[in-house]
Amino acid sequence: MIELKGIRIGYGAQVLVTGANAVFPQSSLTSLIGRNGAGKSTLLRAIAGIGKIMDGEIIVDEKSRFESAMERAKYIAFVSTQRVKIANMRCRDLVGLGRAPYTDWVGRLSKSDNEIVATSLELVGMKEYANRTLDTMSDGECQRIMIARALAQDTPNILLDEPTSFLDLPNRYQLMELLGDLAHNHGKTILLSTHELDIALSKGDNIALIDTPELKLLPTSESHTRNVVATAFGINNLF
Amino acid sequence: MKGRITIIFIVLTLFTVLLLLVDIGAGSVKLSIGDVAKALIGESEDPAVSKIVIDIRLIKSIVAILAGAALSISGLQMQTMFRNPLAGPYVLGVSSGASLAVALFILGLPGLGMQSGIMSTIGMTGAALLGSGIVLALVAVVGRRIKDIMVVLILGMMVSSGISAIVQILQYMSSDEALKSFVIWTMGSLGNVTSEQLPILLAVVFIGLILAVATIKSLNLLLLGEEYAVTMGYNSRRGRTMILMSTALLAGSVTAFCGPIGFIGLALPHVARAIFGSADHRILIPGVALTGAAVMLGCDIVSKILVIPINAITALIGIPIVIWIVFRQRAV
Repeated sequence: MIELKGIRIGYGAQVLVTGANAVFPQSSLTSLIGRNGAGKSTLLRAIAGIGKIMDGEIIVDEKSRFESAMERAKYIAFVSTQRVKIANMRCRDLVGLGRAPYTDWVGRLSKSDNEIVATSLELVGMKEYANRTLDTMSDGECQRIMIARALAQDTPNILLDEPTSFLDLPNRYQLMELLGDLAHNHGKTILLSTHELDIALSKGDNIALIDTPELKLLPTSESHTRNVVATAFGINNLF
Repeated sequence: MKGRITIIFIVLTLFTVLLLLVDIGAGSVKLSIGDVAKALIGESEDPAVSKIVIDIRLIKSIVAILAGAALSISGLQMQTMFRNPLAGPYVLGVSSGASLAVALFILGLPGLGMQSGIMSTIGMTGAALLGSGIVLALVAVVGRRIKDIMVVLILGMMVSSGISAIVQILQYMSSDEALKSFVIWTMGSLGNVTSEQLPILLAVVFIGLILAVATIKSLNLLLLGEEYAVTMGYNSRRGRTMILMSTALLAGSVTAFCGPIGFIGLALPHVARAIFGSADHRILIPGVALTGAAVMLGCDIVSKILVIPINAITALIGIPIVIWIVFRQRAV
């Protein structure tokens, strides 16, 4: 569960979001939407612990701060938009790095770690790629491996910054279904940013809309959500 | 996979031992591999051979192994930390810091009227160690406060270039004689380490190596970039400090004793990655150390045969490797 209390974010003197209060409950899939530059990534990065907030409090599973990066890594996994193509790195090894918060000082994987790696690869449909190296794969395939790595990190909360951006249409829906399954059947809290309003509205439980400078949390099940989103994006008729 | 890597390690180790024997045998008095091996295990009939091997040549060969391993590990650390294939042990100013200190020492000494031989050998090493230490400490302290690792890289490169400019001014203003001894220092030499100094070099490199091994997990996470690494449990302050300290000890000590030896630290990590076909630092750290030691021994053999400075050899061997890397990466 992720709780935002009176969050203000931005950079320099520019404030992007202010007074944001929201709860992303356990077993839910929330899509963070907003215009370009609205602060989606900034907000996700702040929750992930690699960005700063200007004011307010972020509470993750009842903790408002973590003792160390290692401790935080057991609670939050993050998938960024950064392209990762490492020569000579096998998918299996990269997903194995997700086990870092639990492994010994050189990062040796135990038998159960290896099983988690295999399961994570299978979940994103990349089981056959275990021994492929990342430099021989497409952006979309690398993206799915990075998601498998986040799953291997085995955290109650997963943040994803535009995870669908490199994927083709069938894979987008497949990924959203996988994330929905992880939320509803495995009790995870999932927060992802996206530009795809139709996917966000049809596949998520909640919409977190950045309607500058406000953050609005809207359940997708309620009919007025579409109107609010449409107004925020300046579209007269959404679907 | 595991079997293949074990075989590569065994073959490389045997190859390195062979190079070590050849290296000890090479020189003005040529010795066969058998003679060298006998002398090393203390079964040589000829006391003169035994003396040449144990007292004179072995030290230089050990220095070659230490220098090759230390510079290669340090280069690997810098390339991973900065995610830059062209980073090397000197990218943050280790060698320029050492150069400035040595330049001040050699070029500034005549002005102070201190020029006795022993004094200047010990002093040069001490000065170089101090110089590289100060520069890296500066980069490390400032680097702790900087969020973006690329800014640390740019900072290091700027400091390094700035210092080189000061060294040029010193060179321009110095006497011919002082300038010559400075230029010879910049050409590098594995032969200046005495049997009294060797334990110091050995100890410092050993500590640097232990630190390098301790950073293996951090380096593996850093392959994904520092931000990803942090979300996976990497402590950036501690990690950076440990990696920079390790590099300072490894590259700083070698530079102090042998002068700035170019290209090894830049080229060897690529060679090791290609040989082992891996990005995992659990394999690459020992792998690059072994590969670096072997290549350095090879360079020393060539330098003995042709009687030219070691830096010319490492550059001539290193440059084709760097060019190959650039072309290979463009092809991908």
